[in-house]
Amino acid sequence: MPRAGGLAYFVMRRLVALVLLLLGITLVAFVLTEIVPSNAAATALGEQAAGDPAAVAAFKHHYGLDKPLPARYAIYLAHVLHGDLGQSSLTHNAVSHDLGQFIPATAELALYSILIASVIGVAFGVLAALRRNKPTDHTLRVTSLAGISMPTFWIALVVLYVGFYRLGWFPGAERLNPGTVPPPSVTGLYTVDALLAGNVGLFGEAFHHLVLPALVLAAFNVSLLTRFTRSAVLEVIGNDYVRAARAKGLPERVVVVRYVLRAALPSVVTVLGLVFANVLTGAVLIERIFSWPGVGQYAYQAAVNLDVPAIAGVSLFVAFVYVTVNFVVDVLYGIIDPRIRVT
Amino acid sequence: MTAVAVRLRVPSGRGLLAAIRRQPLAAIGIVVALAWIVVAVFAPLVAPADPLSQAFPPSQSPSLHHLFGTDELGRDVLSRVIYGSRVSIPIALVLVALAMTIGGIIGGVAGYFRGVTDGVMMRSADLVFAFPPIILAMVVAAVLGRGLQNAALAIVIVAWPSYARVVRGLVLSVGESEYVQSARLLGAPARRTLFRDVLPNVAGPVLVLATLDLANAILLLAGLSFLGLGAQPPQAEWGSMVADGTQYFQWWWMGTFPGLAIFTVVLAFNFLGDSLRDIFDPRTAWRSQEEQKA
Repeated sequence: MPRAGGLAYFVMRRLVALVLLLLGITLVAFVLTEIVPSNAAATALGEQAAGDPAAVAAFKHHYGLDKPLPARYAIYLAHVLHGDLGQSSLTHNAVSHDLGQFIPATAELALYSILIASVIGVAFGVLAALRRNKPTDHTLRVTSLAGISMPTFWIALVVLYVGFYRLGWFPGAERLNPGTVPPPSVTGLYTVDALLAGNVGLFGEAFHHLVLPALVLAAFNVSLLTRFTRSAVLEVIGNDYVRAARAKGLPERVVVVRYVLRAALPSVVTVLGLVFANVLTGAVLIERIFSWPGVGQYAYQAAVNLDVPAIAGVSLFVAFVYVTVNFVVDVLYGIIDPRIRVT
Repeated sequence: MTAVAVRLRVPSGRGLLAAIRRQPLAAIGIVVALAWIVVAVFAPLVAPADPLSQAFPPSQSPSLHHLFGTDELGRDVLSRVIYGSRVSIPIALVLVALAMTIGGIIGGVAGYFRGVTDGVMMRSADLVFAFPPIILAMVVAAVLGRGLQNAALAIVIVAWPSYARVVRGLVLSVGESEYVQSARLLGAPARRTLFRDVLPNVAGPVLVLATLDLANAILLLAGLSFLGLGAQPPQAEWGSMVADGTQYFQWWWMGTFPGLAIFTVVLAFNFLGDSLRDIFDPRTAWRSQEEQKA
C-alpha cells in the first residue's frame, strides 16, 4: 500500500478521481443523446432505410435502443470504450472518423497559439513583476485587462480586415492556398508534415496561414499568463535566497532566470489547463471566420444543426482531453511541489 | 484558503469606498459601466433612430448623419449598438445574480453540512468544470433551442459551480473559526449560524467573483449570439451584429462598433473586479504612486 502523502499515493488518488470524472462525462453525454427528442434511426439511416423495419431493428439493436435506460448506458459506455461515438446525422460518417479529420487542424492551431502566448505572457509577467508599481507594470496591467476583455471573434474580424483585406499580408482562410496539395499525412500538422517531407516551401505556406488565427487565439492567453506570472514572481521575489543571490553579486539576468523564474514557473504551469480551455473556446468562435477545418467548426456545425451524436461526441472528446490535461498538470504540480500532495 | 484571513483586514462600508477611491481603474470602471447602464435605460431617448427600421440607404460608411454607418439592410448601426446594451447588460446582471444565488446556496449547504451532501454537490460542480464553458453552454443552448433566454440559462448552468466552490471553501474555513464554534456551542440553530455568522464573512470574495463574472457572462452571451445560438434576427444584439459584420467585412463599421461596445462594457467590469480583488487580497496588489510614498 503506497504511503499517504507519498507521490504514488497522490497520483493514485488523482487517477481514481480522473476515472470517476470521465465516467461522469460519459453519463452527461449519454443523457444528452437521450433527452433530445429525435428519431435517431431515421436520421442515421436516411428516410429510405428507415422504412425498412429490419434495418431499423438492427440499428436499434446495435445502439441498444430497444433496452431499458441503465442497459442502454452500459451499451453506450462499451461503444465509447471501443471508440464508437455513433454516427453524425449531418455528415453520415462515424463521429470518431469526423473527429479524426478535424482534430489535427485545431491541434496545430492550438500548439502555435499556446507557444506564442507562453513566451510573450511569461516575459510580460516577469517584466511587470520586476517593475512592480512602475509605469511599465501599470501599462501591462491595463493591456492585459484589455486583452481578456476583447471578444475573440471581434479581434479575428479586425485582424482579418487589416491583415488580409486592407494590407493583403496574410491569407484570409483555410490551412493552405486553394489548390495546394497537403503534405503526406504523418502527424496531421501541416507544418510538421511539410518539414518531414522536406518541403520547406509548403512549410512556409502552412505557417503563413497559421499566423493570424494563432495570434488571435493567443491574445486572451497572453493576458492570462502575464497576470499569473506576475503574481507568481511577486510571491518568490522577496525571498531570502533571491536577496542572497543578488547580494552575491550575480548579474540580474541570472538572478531572474535561475532563481526567480525557476521558483515561479510551477505555479504558472497550473494555469495551463485554463490556457487550453481558452484556446478551445476561441477555436469554436473563430474557426468559422478563418474557414479553418477544425474541431471548433465541427462543434459549431453540430450545435446549430442539432446533430446530437456529433455534439455528444465533440463534448465527450473535448472534456476527455480537458480533464486529462488538468490531471497531468495536477500531477506535475504534485511532483514539483510536494506540499500539494497532502490536500 | 487565505482569503478569509485577508477578509479580516478588509474595511467594510465606508472603508471600502475609500479603498475604491484609491484605485483609479475602479473609478474608470464604475464610470464606464454606469454610463452604459444610463444608455441602456434611456435608449429610446439617446438613439437617433429605431434599431429595426430599415429606412436608410444600406451599407453607408460612418458620416455625420450616421455616426456608425448603416448596415446591409439600411438600419442605423449606432441605434442598434445603443439598443444592444438593453440586451447584454440586464441579462448579464440577472444571470450572474442567479448563478451567485444558486452556487452560493449549494456551496454554503455543502460546506456547512459536509459529508454526503458535500460530496454529491461538489462532484456535480466538478462535472460542470470538466467542460470548457463555451462547449457546455453551446450544447445546452443547442439542445434547449436557439434563443436569448436559453443562452442565458446555459450560462447560468456553466457559471454556478465557481460560486459553489468559493463559498464552500470559505464556509469550511469560517466554520472552523472560534465565533462560529461558540455560536454552535451556545445551541444556535444551524440555519441561523449559517445566515448570521458564516455568510456575511463570505461576501467579499464572492463580490469579486461576481464582478469578474459579469464580464465573462457578457462575453459568453455575445459569443453564443455570434454563433447564432443566442439572440435571433432582427433583434439588435452585439454578438450577432459582429456576426453580421463577418459576412460583409468590406463594410468594417458593421462589426467593429458592436465589438467595441462589448469590449468597453467588459473592460469596465474587469477594471472594477480587478481593483476589488486588489482590495480584498493585497499581497500582489498594484499600487498608485501616492500610496507607495505614504
